[in-house]
Amino acid sequence: MTAVSVASPIAAGGGRPRIRRGSLWLGALLAIALVGPFVVSGYRVFQLSQVIVYAIALLGLNLLTGFSGQISLGNGAFYAIGGYVAVIVMTKAGLPYWAAPPIAGAVCFLAGSLFGRTATRLEGLYLALATFGLATATPQILKLDALESWTGGNQGIVITKPGSPVTGLINDDQWLYLFCLAVAIALFVIAWNMVRGRTGRALVALRDHPIAAATMGIDVAAYKTIAFGVSAMYTGVAGALGVLITGFISPDSFPTLVSIQFLVGSVLGGIASIFGTLFGAAFIELVPDLAKKASDAAPQAVFGVVLIACMMVMPGGLAGLVYSVRARLARGTIRRHRAES
Amino acid sequence: MSKRNWVVTTAQRLTMLAGVGFVLMAGCENKKAGQGGATASGGSAAADKTATPGVTATEIKIGQSMPYSGPASAYGVIGKGDVAYFKMINDKGGINGRKVTLISLDDAYVPVKAVENTRKLVEDEGVAFMFNTLGTANNTAIQKYLNDKGIPHLFIASGAEKWADPANHPWSMGWQPSYRTEAKIYAHYLVQEKPAAKLCVLFQNDDFGKDYLAGLHDGLGDQYDKIVVKTASYEVTDPTVDSQIVSLQAAGCDALLTATTPKFGAQSIRKVFDLGWKPLHLMSNVSVSITSVLKPAGLDKSTGLVTAAYLKDPNDPNLANDPGMNEYREFAKKYAADIDPNDANLVYAFGVSMTMVKVLTQCGNDLSRENIMRQAANLSKFTIPVTPPEIDINTSKTDFRPFSQMRLARFNGTNFEPFGQVIAAD
Repeated sequence: MTAVSVASPIAAGGGRPRIRRGSLWLGALLAIALVGPFVVSGYRVFQLSQVIVYAIALLGLNLLTGFSGQISLGNGAFYAIGGYVAVIVMTKAGLPYWAAPPIAGAVCFLAGSLFGRTATRLEGLYLALATFGLATATPQILKLDALESWTGGNQGIVITKPGSPVTGLINDDQWLYLFCLAVAIALFVIAWNMVRGRTGRALVALRDHPIAAATMGIDVAAYKTIAFGVSAMYTGVAGALGVLITGFISPDSFPTLVSIQFLVGSVLGGIASIFGTLFGAAFIELVPDLAKKASDAAPQAVFGVVLIACMMVMPGGLAGLVYSVRARLARGTIRRHRAES
Repeated sequence: MSKRNWVVTTAQRLTMLAGVGFVLMAGCENKKAGQGGATASGGSAAADKTATPGVTATEIKIGQSMPYSGPASAYGVIGKGDVAYFKMINDKGGINGRKVTLISLDDAYVPVKAVENTRKLVEDEGVAFMFNTLGTANNTAIQKYLNDKGIPHLFIASGAEKWADPANHPWSMGWQPSYRTEAKIYAHYLVQEKPAAKLCVLFQNDDFGKDYLAGLHDGLGDQYDKIVVKTASYEVTDPTVDSQIVSLQAAGCDALLTATTPKFGAQSIRKVFDLGWKPLHLMSNVSVSITSVLKPAGLDKSTGLVTAAYLKDPNDPNLANDPGMNEYREFAKKYAADIDPNDANLVYAFGVSMTMVKVLTQCGNDLSRENIMRQAANLSKFTIPVTPPEIDINTSKTDFRPFSQMRLARFNGTNFEPFGQVIAAD
């Protein structure tokens, strides 16, 4: 259904040209990502930063759901934890902003592993429900009195947004965007390598045939736990970046809807895809906005209809669509070759 | 079906379900994010760099962020009312020849969305200022941005004390009396009318509840320890406040201040009644809605409840022929026909929008952001038809609290009946 985990069955024209074409696409994407913030308004730069943040969070969810086969409706909880850890290390420990995402990632890795360890006993929909519980509980836990000195309670905490070190050249919004972009590139490269290595293969094996995987000596519990930890780490880093670009955090910033949006974005991009997350992220950030333009009366209804339409046209997400189009083109080429010979 | 397909199919089905959910939610809420008038005319303002963004010879463009969906969507009425009020003003010819376009965006009561909306309004739509954005957290989230940029953040729809801080946030100003002001008024009432009272306080353990305690401290001064016998708190997450009420009754109080949100307000009314306790029951102004608090608690059990009000009660039969309320009802009928005119939120919208119009009128032709803020802080004895006649609006460079007076009202079984004199907080 999706192109990433298994190599395309018909490697049209051999491996090398495809890689070259792939890097061409990547280069174009990167160029747009680098030039983009300098040609649009500050608000759009803010939105683009938000898209990058969501893309990282979706990547985290994809690693968990798409690759290891564990459905999570609770990644919003790790998004919240990441955000709060970032705020706490900046306001309480006085660390610089660039230290916040890695620390948030580390804390979330621990939290995710702990949760994942207990959750390995749960399968499929039961796991989805358990994680959903996590997402529902988090905002209320954040409001607890005992944590108020850390979390700021109901009222939240305002942070000073990091400023650009080269103010004349790059403004604050653009600087934050570039910072998010750099973190995102690093995380995408790590994910790309991970799913192609030993861990990735083990995860895919787990997802497709857990019994066969266990027979082959893959430690099911350990890999499921790692998948949870890594997923939480990605989501936590996204949470930290999210609070940097917003400049404010409060429990109300993390309604259960956040987790559902993550799932929506993840499926729309292609659940076992790395680059599909960019599309998914753009969808959840920009479509509600466009829906509002299309209809003042019921923007959510428009969003819902667009979502359903997308699912009908490309049930495998954007990555699935690209894969099937490419496969069809390849088949066409082969047929033409046969006809010629 | 292999396990992998199961995961993918389930995820797809959940996503479809989410899509259906969004459609249904929209159907249930059926809230229209109001948008007054057309939103074109961007270029002309941008061309002249010295002019205030959003202000042209014929238009003043302003923005707000409102919870039209989500947990606080009942307050969406305020946004709709604001938009409707400016429509009325525009129909009457606008302000000094300029029409007001209020762009009101939905934030679902999520602070991140409020930030996004505000940036969109300021940077993309180019509004002159922000007006009546709702919610303490949402306004906290946008306050720094607006103050850094020098954009008026006016008549914030939240009762937190922190909006009256001209020294640190000279661009932000609230409108309604703060919770602290309200508590001060209860304190003054007790000192003047019932100096021998033994007061118990039930408060929500957050900034909202603690503002009431601070107000009591302000108002009672050195008599605080004499009058306040016992305080008890609860968490928003608590299921009930029954045990707190029992312990307060045991302290032997003859007056009770309930500084709670609506759900807990209803619970305390009921528990106080069930215990056969008959204190002078002072109830926080946010928890006196007849439909959502008093009816669920029982109207007979609510009789005798006292609260402080600064707006007229649209349900009060004594105001059926009140000229001020008639002016309001005429507006409600003509411009907000889809909203229940007895909804106090619409009265609020009418009052706050009228204050905004007064400020803009006072600005004359100098619609610079500085002057808009200067005029907002320059209201003197301004009265609006929806407050009791003795209550007026006053602001100055150092006083960012438009209201500092309220009047007590007692519930008589059908509506709140005002009694006594207007009480000033200062």
